[in-house]
Amino acid sequence: MSAKNAALQHHFEDLGQQYESSQLGMWAFLVQEILFFGGLFLGYLVYRSSYPEAFKIGSSLLDVKLGGINTAVLIASSLTMALAVYWAQKGDKKKIILFLTLTLILGSTFLGIKVVEYSHKWHHGLVPGEMFAYSGPLADQVRIFYSFYFAMTGMHALHMIIGAGLIVWLMVKAARGRFTAEYSTPVEMFGLYWHFVDIVWIYLFPLLYLIGRS
Amino acid sequence: MSTAVFKHRADQQAEDNGHTKNYLNAGFSAKSWLLTVDHKRIAILYLISITTMFLLGGIFALVIRLELLTPAGDMLQSETYNKMFTMHGVVMVFFFLIPATPAVFGNFLLPLMIGAKDLAFPRLNLLSWYVFTFGALLGVTAIVFGGVDTGWTFYTPYSSTYANSNVILAALGAFFAGFASILTGLNFIVTIHKMRAPGLTWFRMPLFVWAHYATSIIQVLGTPVVAITIILVALERLFKIGIFDPALGGDPILFQHLFWFYSHPAVYIMILPAMGVISEVICCFARKKIFGYNFIAFSSLAIAMFGFLVWGHHMYTSGQSVYASLVFSVLTFLVAIPSAIKTFNWTATLYKGSISYDAPMIYAIGFLGLFTIGGLTGVFLATLAVDVHVHDTYFVVAHFHYIMVGGAIMGYMAAMHFWWPKITGRLYPEGWARFSALVIFIGFNLTFFPQFIVGYLGMPRRYHAYPEEFQIWNVLSTAGATILGVGYAIPVVYFIWSLRYGAKASANPWKAKGLEWEKADSPPIAHNFEETPVVTEEAYAYEPKRG
Repeated sequence: MSAKNAALQHHFEDLGQQYESSQLGMWAFLVQEILFFGGLFLGYLVYRSSYPEAFKIGSSLLDVKLGGINTAVLIASSLTMALAVYWAQKGDKKKIILFLTLTLILGSTFLGIKVVEYSHKWHHGLVPGEMFAYSGPLADQVRIFYSFYFAMTGMHALHMIIGAGLIVWLMVKAARGRFTAEYSTPVEMFGLYWHFVDIVWIYLFPLLYLIGRS
Repeated sequence: MSTAVFKHRADQQAEDNGHTKNYLNAGFSAKSWLLTVDHKRIAILYLISITTMFLLGGIFALVIRLELLTPAGDMLQSETYNKMFTMHGVVMVFFFLIPATPAVFGNFLLPLMIGAKDLAFPRLNLLSWYVFTFGALLGVTAIVFGGVDTGWTFYTPYSSTYANSNVILAALGAFFAGFASILTGLNFIVTIHKMRAPGLTWFRMPLFVWAHYATSIIQVLGTPVVAITIILVALERLFKIGIFDPALGGDPILFQHLFWFYSHPAVYIMILPAMGVISEVICCFARKKIFGYNFIAFSSLAIAMFGFLVWGHHMYTSGQSVYASLVFSVLTFLVAIPSAIKTFNWTATLYKGSISYDAPMIYAIGFLGLFTIGGLTGVFLATLAVDVHVHDTYFVVAHFHYIMVGGAIMGYMAAMHFWWPKITGRLYPEGWARFSALVIFIGFNLTFFPQFIVGYLGMPRRYHAYPEEFQIWNVLSTAGATILGVGYAIPVVYFIWSLRYGAKASANPWKAKGLEWEKADSPPIAHNFEETPVVTEEAYAYEPKRG
């Protein structure tokens, strides 16, 4: 490389080394995320095998339509994110911003629908805690199902909110022309994160919404 | 402004000030420290944070030992005593031992040892210090507002339902310290993979780097599990979600599984970096190439791997199935193999070496003995029948203090002395250092060896009163703790003294091998090396002894 690229940080020899480092760092971070969610999935599995009936009851009280719509919305957002990465690698500023905006809209739609779902659960007294008002069969165990429902979807939503913040940050950078054909690492790395959050939902949806419906 | 420009300026400024430029005189403002992205300065920030926490944890230890001087619970009420041992454990484990060697020496040395200008993610590194310090402040806040009394293990359902102390604050403190630990580990993994200097192949790396690689894997794979567990405990306390509450159908044992899935490997986060230090120090002060390089390197990875498979040995008596306990027992025995491989290889390295007994070496030899005792008693405890007899007694307390204090802190002190000239550019007073190393060794053994005996005789841990027949052992232990406290105080004084009055250190005062000694100044310049070093030989290429 003749002239040093402005995006090259001082402690790297070249952009290739910098790119590989970012990539490995992101994958290691995602492995860490898998273990983080893994704790919740493990807890879910333990209690689902202990209280299968209660989990079916709890699951059947969830709104599978809203959950299904959200699944579609999130998968669509993964497509728009992948396109944002594609155009980032081409260095097309307008298209990057366009597809990041679409991703942001879809992500916000997901979160909006989640808020609607949460408020329904709140009104039906299905939020664990002092307000828990479900009095059907196996009430305590159904409460545990809902504890997992809120812990897992809540953690997932938190990751979505952080992701939405990062999209805004990327849009600002893109608008300033920081991403070129030589350097689009932040968009690519964020893409990995976004797809990961997506995949978590792909597992959450059947485990939470569909088990009561066989 | 790019960081490259900042660095250049830092060195320029040092030259303008008429000094030989180095990372310490590259800037004197508070901003130049608090917003630094230099891994060496961040290491110093960490050093200050964790030393403070070590002193705090030490005060709690002192209070515990004072209470136990007499059989009657006369100095503290039982509730206060519960808080004292809890806070001693929380502070020492989460805010000192886990970050100690990686965040200070790993941070400072990894880039220097592999010939890099910095860690792969310098800003993430600074962030980790802020996150850690925030966590430590939460922990201190929990202490100031009345403390926490659950034991450092935060066992449910006591922690989640019944305890009337600042559980959430203390647990969140541990959560943030863990977050920082993940960031450090992630940074190390990427740095070791991607930033090695030309010629530095994997099997030419110093074993310190291998040890930190293994440590980082544990940090990245283990810590997130305890993070989510802590969040669930906090939710349980706040909202009664029932996951860990048996009254609501929850399972408190699940907490123990999740907790120990991290917290047993966490022991290896403490000891592996110390083992890395020992490999460096022993080669240097025996003037010999390490014996069995590959075995030591792979045994670090083996310890990291086995470490994830043995958590159940903390739960032999808490209702886990007998068959599970059997498997965990066998797997725990396996950990002894890589640990023994290391110990034998270090001993073999000493054989026919030209040994000199400078302070780092005294600590390293202390480590060998104390770690062996700690490790072997660990094998006793892994044995089901023995453990059922001595679990929750002082035998266990003595065992893990031999590993954590006798192992991890001995390694940390060895590192402190070995690399002090590199870090500060000053020599510490060798006579005082040797003296205090001996004081620490004697004080340590006097503190904890009696605890093996009194534990075997049946004295349970975590009580503020005990039968009179145990008093003699407790008096010995308290006397030892006093000596140990003095032993730790002396280095604090002479290290600070040496900053001003110590003799200037040359680039390589120990005539040691390794890029940090041979290619970098003491203290190093802001970007470590004038030009990227090229490695042409294996690690520890010390001249063999003649004749």
